[in-house]
Amino acid sequence: MQIKILRSETNTHQLYTLPAGEIPLLNALTYIKETQDASLTFSAGCRASVCGTCAVRVNSREELSCSYKVKPGDIVEPLQYHPVLRDLKVDKHKAQKTLLQSNTWLQTYKESSLSHTDEKQTAIQTDCILCDACYSACPVYAVNSDFLGPFALTRAYRYSIDKREGDAKNIIDNIQTNGVWDCTLCGECTAVCPKGIDPKMDITILRGTSLQLGHSDPTFTTQDFGIPDFGFNPNAGF
Amino acid sequence: MIDVLIIGSGGAGLTAALSAQEAGASVLVVGKTYPTNSQTSMAQGGINAALSNVGEDHVSSHIADTVKSAHGLCDEDMVRKMCADGPETIKWLESLGVPFSRLDNGKSGKDTVAQHQMGGASAKRACYAQDYTGLKILHTLYDTCLKEKIEFLDEYYLLNLIIKDGVAKGATFLDIRTGEVKQIDAKSVVMATGGYASLYHGFTTNAYGSTGDGVAAALRAGGAVSDMEFIQFHPTALKHSAILISESARGEGGHLLNSDGERFIDELKPRDEVARAIFAQIKEGQRVFLDVRHLGEDKLMELLPQEIELCKIHEHIDPAKELIPIKPVAHYTMGGIDVDYALEVNGIKGCFAVGECSNAKVHGANRLGGNSLLEIIAFGRFVGENAYKHSIYASSKPADATQKEKDILEIKVLFSQENTSNFYPYRELLGNLFYEKVGIVRENHQLHEALDEVISMQIAQKEMGISDKNQTNNQNLIDFLEFKNALLLAPTIISAAIARDESRGAHYKVGFENEDNDFKKHIVLQWKREEV
Repeated sequence: MQIKILRSETNTHQLYTLPAGEIPLLNALTYIKETQDASLTFSAGCRASVCGTCAVRVNSREELSCSYKVKPGDIVEPLQYHPVLRDLKVDKHKAQKTLLQSNTWLQTYKESSLSHTDEKQTAIQTDCILCDACYSACPVYAVNSDFLGPFALTRAYRYSIDKREGDAKNIIDNIQTNGVWDCTLCGECTAVCPKGIDPKMDITILRGTSLQLGHSDPTFTTQDFGIPDFGFNPNAGF
Repeated sequence: MIDVLIIGSGGAGLTAALSAQEAGASVLVVGKTYPTNSQTSMAQGGINAALSNVGEDHVSSHIADTVKSAHGLCDEDMVRKMCADGPETIKWLESLGVPFSRLDNGKSGKDTVAQHQMGGASAKRACYAQDYTGLKILHTLYDTCLKEKIEFLDEYYLLNLIIKDGVAKGATFLDIRTGEVKQIDAKSVVMATGGYASLYHGFTTNAYGSTGDGVAAALRAGGAVSDMEFIQFHPTALKHSAILISESARGEGGHLLNSDGERFIDELKPRDEVARAIFAQIKEGQRVFLDVRHLGEDKLMELLPQEIELCKIHEHIDPAKELIPIKPVAHYTMGGIDVDYALEVNGIKGCFAVGECSNAKVHGANRLGGNSLLEIIAFGRFVGENAYKHSIYASSKPADATQKEKDILEIKVLFSQENTSNFYPYRELLGNLFYEKVGIVRENHQLHEALDEVISMQIAQKEMGISDKNQTNNQNLIDFLEFKNALLLAPTIISAAIARDESRGAHYKVGFENEDNDFKKHIVLQWKREEV
């Protein structure tokens, strides 16, 4: 079986031959590094879809190397919108800074009574492993590199609805600029999340909460259609 | 100069950072990956605390269970401290926003945290967050570190501690991105670098990076290591990929079956006993399976969603309908850097160690499930305070560049070596060797063979090297440095195992199947300090 991997030094896709058989991509990458080409560079950790280290793009779709099964002809590339450090290894610092900008933490703790139902409210959101797959899949970054992005907004949502959160408004206030309103609700993030998280839904709910807290959709208010020419001034009165 | 340098950015490191900073220290956390990539993310089952949220429990019972499982090799004062800190630890995590699983009891705060049974525990004591307990604690700690503006240096690989007159003055690192050797000066150093179970390459639940870098660095720097022979084998890892299936699968009523469909052990016994029973079955030619089918799909998806998914990906089976093929593999290293009551490294002043890299003597010969997460948080907070206290009176005169220059030279040599042999096959060889001969059931003649093989591998290592000569982002180089650390630790494990002519906890030796009171002691190893 042959697969192609984008090499950063030459900026070309290099062809590698693997033994036949269904193996995770990470095993294939490790096999290549150990036996064919020690310079092939990628990141890996737990092998069990939980450390968030090994996300790449396969055939233009984000996958965890450790859980994706290699198929003949696969084209493997690094994540998008991340500076490539070498081959499949990317710099995640800029992406992870969105957490800092979004204030995704418990602002002030308030002891609360939590139930099984409360747990379920954020059980999926807190499965996030920060693999950056959603960030890479998000088309907003093609036009706005300052977008807070899916994983940060999901995390903001998770804390904002936590019953223990004493100041949810602060979280909501911090995700207005380059945040909830900049999302196109295309759902690419939801489609690629290896943990089944639905940032699109979280962002949709955050928009509702934002409106309730007095924020408004800036894309709506700043759109300038000019003054329509009615031939007279409809507001002038008679 | 920073007050407290924390090496390792897993759960122990992040907790130590928060605690040291809260105490008043300036803090820097340095790790070889990003903070959330650490081994802590893989901890599934839970974190122990005698809260009595589900049935009666007492701190004294938690202590008794831990001491019993340790088989006489723990320090009861340290166990008492850790267990007594349990409830306060959960309260603290609750205040940070850890999304624990919950009960419907109408109470508030930590009293609503769900608790379940784990092996060797006399009560439902393990607090959990579905089967993602470690992941969710780790990420909440990371969020809190961002909130508290903790400073991080990611992708810095620890090379050596800097020691002056027996006192830690900082450490040297390889900046993985630039390939440069950097020196970081500090008044106190905290090692939170994780265990060494990845020595069992291919036969471990651990991430690739659990290569004992910190333990090896402490040893090189004159620190003591102890109980290195005590390695916990987890009974239930997936047969082909060695991926962990949490103990809660058995806690919730999962059965172990052999090829004949027979149960052969009480599944809730401590891990060492269950692992040996499975190993014995495999030696007899049986295949061993975990059976959770009777729990039903709904309950499985509720309790073990992660495991169900991993079984589907890596074993192509659906646990709701099929048996899960398993084998026991290396999971946790009880031994490590020998520390005193303040978690200060024996042999190096001003250097502390916490978490799996340390041997705080709370796990003894066999760790209880749920106690490792408790240790990293409870002792993480404790070590942060202690490291800060040390820094107050520590000299602020930075060390000279002797160690750094030595390390620069060593890295340079690796780049200049031509025609070196590929070390990757040896990494695999070492893993096989350890699983076969330094594994679940040990025999003296096999241990001696293993030692001989390791020594010849150490000699062969001089011919090994890196074939990737790129200065920046050189993972080949990091893999090699990790392998060197594993190889450096290998003889400490084997020689301690040879010396221990008895069976105790995770160390089981043919011909010496019983506990021997003469061996109710720790085997401590320390290198003679190199004269500079």
